[in-house]
Amino acid sequence: MIFNFSNYDQLLPLVTNSLIVGALLALVGGLVGVFVINRDMSFAVHGISELSFAGASITLLLGGDVVFGSVIGSLFAAVVIGVLGAKAKERNSITAVLMPFGLGLGILALSLYQGRASNKFGLLTGQIVAVDEPQLVAIAAIAILVVVTLLIVWRPLTFASIDHEVAAARGVPTRSLSVLFMVILGLAVAASIQVVGALLVLSLLVTPAASAVRVSRSPFIIPILSVVFALVSVIGGILLALGSSLPISPYVTSISFLIYLVCRIIEWAKKR
Amino acid sequence: MSSPVLSVKDATLKIDDRVLWHKLNLEVQKNEFIAILGANGSGKSSLLKAILGQLPLSAGSIELNSKKIRRGSRRIGYVPQARQPENTMPIRGKDLLWLGLNGHRFGFWVPNKSSRAQFDHIIKAIDGEELQNHAISEMSGGELQRFRVGQAVISEPDLILADEPLSALDYNQQAAIAELLKRESREHNAAVLFVTHDVNPILDMVDRVLYLAEGQFRIGTPDEVLTSETLTELYGTPIDVVRNQGRIVVLGAHDDHDHHHEEEWS
Repeated sequence: MIFNFSNYDQLLPLVTNSLIVGALLALVGGLVGVFVINRDMSFAVHGISELSFAGASITLLLGGDVVFGSVIGSLFAAVVIGVLGAKAKERNSITAVLMPFGLGLGILALSLYQGRASNKFGLLTGQIVAVDEPQLVAIAAIAILVVVTLLIVWRPLTFASIDHEVAAARGVPTRSLSVLFMVILGLAVAASIQVVGALLVLSLLVTPAASAVRVSRSPFIIPILSVVFALVSVIGGILLALGSSLPISPYVTSISFLIYLVCRIIEWAKKR
Repeated sequence: MSSPVLSVKDATLKIDDRVLWHKLNLEVQKNEFIAILGANGSGKSSLLKAILGQLPLSAGSIELNSKKIRRGSRRIGYVPQARQPENTMPIRGKDLLWLGLNGHRFGFWVPNKSSRAQFDHIIKAIDGEELQNHAISEMSGGELQRFRVGQAVISEPDLILADEPLSALDYNQQAAIAELLKRESREHNAAVLFVTHDVNPILDMVDRVLYLAEGQFRIGTPDEVLTSETLTELYGTPIDVVRNQGRIVVLGAHDDHDHHHEEEWS
């Protein structure tokens, strides 16, 4: 049986940490995603997440802190992609080169790892109950850092992302902002991996924002919708996964995909 | 005369051993409207990039309001080409204007009364009240350029740089956008540097012409520069400047890369 909600009231307290972390990640993913879409960097997100997975796997093997490892892997990939791939075309090929390398490295580390098998699988496809106190603190710190930084640079980063030529002429520090954004993106990916897993980070960092831009044109409504979509996907995914024997990720990805479909249908209906 | 808005002193730009312009001197006063002309590859857009501090000069200096230029400036308004934006970001016309006013600001900022008034003034001036909620990806080239001009003047800059703002527009639209830019720049006492491959749509409104060719340049009124004698001397090969019904056609000006046997404007 897939679903069994009979012990739900006893299970729920076990995932309080996960729900808090899930909400924080939805906030981060929804906001960062708006810029991922604006800057056309969806594929780069995938590349960063594989390197982040490699970092996490290696620290798991060495007995270190998994969040720390995934942050290092993420930032490494973000900086490499940011520096070598200034243009979209170059960025895609560099991402495609890094991605299998990261995945391979991660799989190597995991196959050498002798510990609990669920830890291994979790890094790729996500986990809910596994979020412990120190992890919660680390992820919350990353989330707050990312959100506060984003809010401060929101307007110039928007200007630089969607109207690069004019922004540069007006003295907006477009190069520094793009480096800063890669760091923000790296941190957001590293934090997201802890819950949804490396393979499915896109469902948190791309799909909600991609859905939002289908149904709104307002620069104020789009980020709000994007965060709401991400929240519904993550929290809904966790609550559904709790009553089943399946991991969290299929639920999160299905809900976020469903939202995307609905948004496309709304867009199509409006245009008719 | 008051001190110039922009002064380019003995500026030389070399890219891979190719001299685009050599010892270029140009002083731009308030309210001046200057067309920058020349064949493809003659360094027209590069001059704008140099003024924006995006291309370092090989020699010489450029000053904006008597200060050495940096990378970009709040005192500069910029009008790019009228191409449709490649990205699908559903930004609206009014967002484009607001970015021109506050896009450089970090942190929280809520529009105050005066910025609101400024926005209302510009949206009226560019006749954009009805279009302001449309996504720019749904606008025609001419409609988009109206918002581009509004975006460039809304912050009341001292200098407006326009890089081929009329390309891809039809002739009526070209005239309308050029008129709008002229009117708005006058209202705010801004100088305009207008890069174009076709001087005809703006012929009546330019004060001076900067013509770049073969690493050299000529500056003067259109009547002084756009003559067979001056351009023949500049290019070093015979050039015919034909005036017909208020339009100017330059014949025989070779492109730097020899792609065209005739200059693009006709």
